[in-house]
Amino acid sequence: MIQARISKRFPPGPKSAGFSLEVELQTGAGVTALFGPSGAGKTLTLDAIAGFTRPDAGRIMLDDQILFDGASHVSLRPQDRHCGYVFQNYALFPHMTLRQNLMFAADRQPRLERHRRVNEMLERFHLAEVSGRRPHEVSGGEKQRCSIARALIGSPRLLLLDEPARGLDAPLRAELYSLLRNVRRDFAIPILLVTHDLEECFELAEQMLIIRDGRVVQSGPPREILRKPANVDVARLLGLPNLFEAEITALDPGRNTSRLRFQSYEVTGTYLPGRFLGDRVWLCVRPEELRAVRHNGSRPDLNQVPAKLVRVSDRPRSVRLEFEGDISVEMPLQEFERQRDNKDWLVEFPPDALKVL
Amino acid sequence: MAINWFPLWLSLRVAALATLVSLFFGLWMAYMLANRKFRGKELLDAVVMLPLVLPPTVLGYYLLVVLGRSSPIGHLYEWAFGTPLVFTWQAAVVASTFHAIPLLVKSSRAAFETVDRSYEKAARNLGASEWRIFWRVTMPLSRRPVLAASVLAFARALGDFGATLMIAGDIPGKTQTASIAIYDAVEGGDTVVARVLVLVLSVVAIAIVYASNRLQQRQVIG
Repeated sequence: MIQARISKRFPPGPKSAGFSLEVELQTGAGVTALFGPSGAGKTLTLDAIAGFTRPDAGRIMLDDQILFDGASHVSLRPQDRHCGYVFQNYALFPHMTLRQNLMFAADRQPRLERHRRVNEMLERFHLAEVSGRRPHEVSGGEKQRCSIARALIGSPRLLLLDEPARGLDAPLRAELYSLLRNVRRDFAIPILLVTHDLEECFELAEQMLIIRDGRVVQSGPPREILRKPANVDVARLLGLPNLFEAEITALDPGRNTSRLRFQSYEVTGTYLPGRFLGDRVWLCVRPEELRAVRHNGSRPDLNQVPAKLVRVSDRPRSVRLEFEGDISVEMPLQEFERQRDNKDWLVEFPPDALKVL
Repeated sequence: MAINWFPLWLSLRVAALATLVSLFFGLWMAYMLANRKFRGKELLDAVVMLPLVLPPTVLGYYLLVVLGRSSPIGHLYEWAFGTPLVFTWQAAVVASTFHAIPLLVKSSRAAFETVDRSYEKAARNLGASEWRIFWRVTMPLSRRPVLAASVLAFARALGDFGATLMIAGDIPGKTQTASIAIYDAVEGGDTVVARVLVLVLSVVAIAIVYASNRLQQRQVIG
């Protein structure tokens, strides 16, 4: 169990704007992803937990040990924190073989135990055959596995991973994910994963913290967050398309309806409790919940708006249609094949799909 | 006519010892300067560099004041070893050490600073003590430039004239190093000795610069 409340200020300098980190997190065994754009303070958070940077205030507890406490000026050395850290560039010692890298890390184990433990880790991470080579003589995947093995060999009580999939190609990524799932199962320690890849969060993380400008803006299971982003910034960070600035033009609690106007369109949604007429809101619609049909000239149905198709792009299992006004619709491939020749289009906004942020 | 090789051997011995002593203190200072933030760091840096810019006689004068027979350190030395430090070959080692150490500190500091910080971070994270990090990570990763720096430091130690003359003097067969012997030979019109010593020192110097350059050529690891 890791509990951290970290605040650190960097005053603005002549060349840099100031930055302040105010992060709070608490998590048990399992993977928690720290998701956010570069410069949001994700790696800084890991460094504060590992003891490489000293927060101005706050408290960091691992299990029931205090790693840092601002009030009582306790700050353990990185050496004493027992946090495994997998660095972004792996940081394998280039002058040592993979085996020596692990031996270096196993130094705290009893002498007799050491060799057994190193061999066990080499086996488990499929490194036995290349254990006599140096990092620059092995593949990216092997380096990756070795750096994870090295971080785990001292039986840490927490594992910190700084963008482990950065720069890996798709097959290596898949290999890494399955490796990390095994680690999660076998070691049963909290794992904090810094990433700016949403897919990675879904692959690995039970919990996700969205960090922006040094603040946690939303936390929860990835699925939940994607379904209900807390605000438009989160939606943008998640890379969600179809964010529209809208105005509430009607609200009817009796019939459970609302009217929203955005761009040149007006659509009907469900009633919006806690909102008022004339409120300016952000409307967020998942592209796969929108529908696009042929416009045959007759009067459009409710929530159907005529739109001009700008671009069609292929996705692995679907097609994305982009309409004027930055409206994106995702459509299964077969459905698009049937409508390929449409000249004019209607985009349909199902009332349930309209989310107001 | 027989050439007295003693000054050359003395020079080599003094320079070798001075290099060892400056490695001992210099590497430690370079590591502190490269890795630590502490009060007075820039001042320490400046003081260490002083011998590089001061006239050697000024350096020698300072050493005379600090280590002379009437100074506390001089007293202590005399009490411990039974003889005064000044005007012995050991004093020449001290002078050469001060002469050589700035170069060593400056180059080693640069070498330590080029070692990727993440290796030291990783080592710390894995529980290694600072001592172990220095010997097992930082030093091996900057071995060649540090070696190159020590070779140059050796050359500087070998070439010291002013400071050595000030605190070790010019006692033939005792403290007369090669560079001082050359001066004496030229003064005394003994051109053969002067030429031979000049030739030998030049050859040594060329070999040293060559070795140092070879060492500094980047070795690709990682």
